[in-house]
Amino acid sequence: MSAATDHTSPGGSSETARLLSTVDTGRRRTDRAMQVLIYIAFALAMIPLGWLIFTVVAQGGDRISMDFLMQSMRNIFGGDPRGGIYHAILGTVVITALATVISVPIGILTAIYLVEYGKGWLARAVTFFVDVMTGIPSIVAGLFAFSLFALIFGPAVRIGIMGAVALSVLMIPVVVRSCEEMLKLVPNELREASYALGVPKWLTIIKVVLRTSVAGLTTGVLLAVARVIGETAPLLVTVGVTDSINANPFDGRMMTLPVFAYRQYSQGDAPCPGGDSATCVADIASQNAWGAALVLIVMVLALNLIGRLITRWFAPKLG
Amino acid sequence: MAQRIDTKDLNIYYGDFLAVQDVNMTIEPKSVTALIGPSGCGKSTFLRTLNRMHEVIPGARVEGRVEMDGVDLYGPNVDPVAVRKNVGMVFQRPNPFPTMSIRDNVLAGVKLNNKRISKAEADDLVESSLHGANLWNEVKDRLDKPGSGLSGGQQQRLCIARAIAIKPQVLLMDEPCSALDPISTIAIEDLIGELKQEYTIVIVTHNMQQAARVSDRTGFFNIAGTGKPGKLIEMDDTATIFSAPAEKATEDYVSGRFG
Repeated sequence: MSAATDHTSPGGSSETARLLSTVDTGRRRTDRAMQVLIYIAFALAMIPLGWLIFTVVAQGGDRISMDFLMQSMRNIFGGDPRGGIYHAILGTVVITALATVISVPIGILTAIYLVEYGKGWLARAVTFFVDVMTGIPSIVAGLFAFSLFALIFGPAVRIGIMGAVALSVLMIPVVVRSCEEMLKLVPNELREASYALGVPKWLTIIKVVLRTSVAGLTTGVLLAVARVIGETAPLLVTVGVTDSINANPFDGRMMTLPVFAYRQYSQGDAPCPGGDSATCVADIASQNAWGAALVLIVMVLALNLIGRLITRWFAPKLG
Repeated sequence: MAQRIDTKDLNIYYGDFLAVQDVNMTIEPKSVTALIGPSGCGKSTFLRTLNRMHEVIPGARVEGRVEMDGVDLYGPNVDPVAVRKNVGMVFQRPNPFPTMSIRDNVLAGVKLNNKRISKAEADDLVESSLHGANLWNEVKDRLDKPGSGLSGGQQQRLCIARAIAIKPQVLLMDEPCSALDPISTIAIEDLIGELKQEYTIVIVTHNMQQAARVSDRTGFFNIAGTGKPGKLIEMDDTATIFSAPAEKATEDYVSGRFG
């Protein structure tokens, strides 16, 4: 930068230096201003995130212990500071995993149809309805799953698989959309290279298109998982609440982390005659809620980290 | 085994648009046939009909016959996948599979088709194909490195190795040197000269010196104007096309007066 404006440099005439320096100071000023604006916008966007993480860690960090992670809330009442969220972690993992198992094949196959096969009115219709599904409020997805199962099993049914179905309704459009974009990124040249080697279309899709885009697909799926893992409303109406451990999504109610946090928070303070003691903590429900929120955030973070690792392992390599 | 290709009254369409009209051409076995002509005249389109890659584009279709040893490639019992196994193709831009090593790229035709192959056979195939593409000495120590890490010219020779590893009868090349520097171009042209001992080669090129250097016969395509179909104007021995062509348009083109 300085070389261009350095009038004393040997061999450089001041006329050349003038031509090569920035004549348009207005452009330089605009550049500066926009840079500052962008940094400010970035900082503004980071404030709520940093604040949120700080608050959750500050409020929930103390509650985390082995007991909190490994015990359920069975037979824990009032201000009893024992008990934990194991049943809720288990429920969230089981229900989210089931929702993923339902959504990923449907989502990826739909994306493959749209990118590799779809043309004409059917593809347009699918794209349109996927867009519509993206906008479905989560409570509507929950009510849909509830009515579906109520038709089959009667109105009082609450089982884990219902929650998984409700979450799938929310997850499928996200998976379709992100996977579609990823499949479109695979250069057409690679498909043609494969066809030209006498490889049929279906093998080309599996071994070239999916293999090349597997990193992106994984990221898309994990983002979709992160999107639904924190859903509360649909799980409240479909899976219900429980204080016990239940790992069977086909029988009985299950607890999940967001629902647990909501329930604990809505309980408010417990009455502790004689103040806080070893057996009675007034704001234990609130502490439980923060603890569950922290664990949920850590789970989403872990998912993202796994996604990063998978991307690194599978990404096309250079050199 | 190289085989001869005849096209008869071949009309090539994109949807309703007639892109290439009435091509009658004979491609001799174990020779290099060059296709030249101005941009947009349908050379590449024509080339892609020879291994049924044309129809991969939505709406694209063909009328007429393309015969390989008398068998119509567009006949009702012909499988396009089988056609492509017998008619290999090298594209304008090198396109090795980015997720595969050099070795796996050469074996792509085998591996992508889920065919079983013993390690020894695979090693032999990799070595002979890379030798065939004049690349073996440059990459023999790094066969497990990604194919996309090679230089452009090496990548293109890797693509040629990949194409000859499936042992096709005919090799189609769509401007294989247009993205390469002169040294890589010479390497590929030398290679074409060697490959024609075994394969029938059809090459599309914009470089007339290249057509003159590598080919035995040359076909000149031209287009009357935008939106009109391309046609095969003249086809003859390369020496004749470049010295005494029968058509005025061919002479104008090869002498650089247009195009």
